[in-house]
Amino acid sequence: MPVDGIHDLGGMQGFGAVAHSPAEPAFPDRWQATARALMEVVAGAVEASGGEFRHSIERMDPGHYLTSSYYEHWLTGAATLAVEHGLVTHAELEARTGGRFPLSGPALAPPVADAGPDLGEPRFGVGDRVRVRDWHPPGHTRCPGYVRGKAGTVVRVDGTHSVPDVEAHGPARRYEPTYSVRFDAAGLWHDGQRGVTVHVDLWDSYLEPA
Amino acid sequence: MSERGHHPAPLSPVERRVAALEALLTERGLVPEGFIEEITRRYESEIGPLNGAKVVARAWVDPGYKERLLTDGTAAIAELGFGGPEGDHMVVVENTPAVHNVIVCTLCSCYPWPVLGLPPSWYKDPPYRARMVREPRTLLAEMGCPLPGDVEIRVWDSSAEVRYLVLPQRPAGTAGMTEAELAGLVTRDSMIGVARL
Repeated sequence: MPVDGIHDLGGMQGFGAVAHSPAEPAFPDRWQATARALMEVVAGAVEASGGEFRHSIERMDPGHYLTSSYYEHWLTGAATLAVEHGLVTHAELEARTGGRFPLSGPALAPPVADAGPDLGEPRFGVGDRVRVRDWHPPGHTRCPGYVRGKAGTVVRVDGTHSVPDVEAHGPARRYEPTYSVRFDAAGLWHDGQRGVTVHVDLWDSYLEPA
Repeated sequence: MSERGHHPAPLSPVERRVAALEALLTERGLVPEGFIEEITRRYESEIGPLNGAKVVARAWVDPGYKERLLTDGTAAIAELGFGGPEGDHMVVVENTPAVHNVIVCTLCSCYPWPVLGLPPSWYKDPPYRARMVREPRTLLAEMGCPLPGDVEIRVWDSSAEVRYLVLPQRPAGTAGMTEAELAGLVTRDSMIGVARL
């Protein structure tokens, strides 16, 4: 049974306070800059799409994801893509590390063979009521779980963009308009706060008329 | 020389993994000479919230610019010379006495790099991403930004290609200040929306 990725954090409870700081260096430690650069190296070498890059991190073991920092996510994603595309082997990584080198789990969705036709013209306009399809795809998606099945109002129509659910799983591409959809907090959460709206940017195929 | 000078701290597990991947990719000729230093320099010195502060200050002193900024954020920000990755589709949202905007990315850490730089750690960590869409009023108060109950809060989850910048309200008592002085008042947090000026 596929489960939604651990990265889909919107609305999850139990995390406690935000460790806020007013300013911090871009890279507090040198290894973080290196991890970032290595992801750029790997993503460039394997021509990873944005969806494939993000999905390489989302497939991390949930416990590892929640207990490691942002750039450890990048490192794990970069190493995973490097192994999956044959740049290095997992055994080489662990031998050179002198210990374990945890990688992300395998993609649970098959490569997209037929992406279907592009959608050039938006189906919805500003002010239209829409409902987010209540689906749980096994692979990458940019449809946050907390809006699935919920109804909202289109407040902005943006340009057409490559659908992440397609581009994360192979070379196929499909382009669709994206929309900014406004949801009342009271409709998202049983304890939604008064006077709060949440806006989520969604691809056309995530939506149906409400 | 201190004892530590002779014995540098052993690498942590994550540092050993970074070193391993760097070595293997370098041996395969995939890491251009100086690439890591170049990445570091670019993100440490070329981008950052000072860019966004210039955009905000210009909008405060120039009504025509402000209108362009709110209509086509990407083009107006480019007028000041800022753009690039994670800034190709910019939408600027304006705070007013009645409306407060705040940005988040619940799925990863999308953030407008050209105007704000790389996101701070707390923006990327689970508590902020989980809570800002569910209890923004509580979380903003916790972060030092309590809002009156009649101020509408608009949360913007950067889940597709648009990146957001909050245009904070110009503080009272700043009528005589120059654009550069105004830019000095604009904080990173006010442009994320977790602070008011």
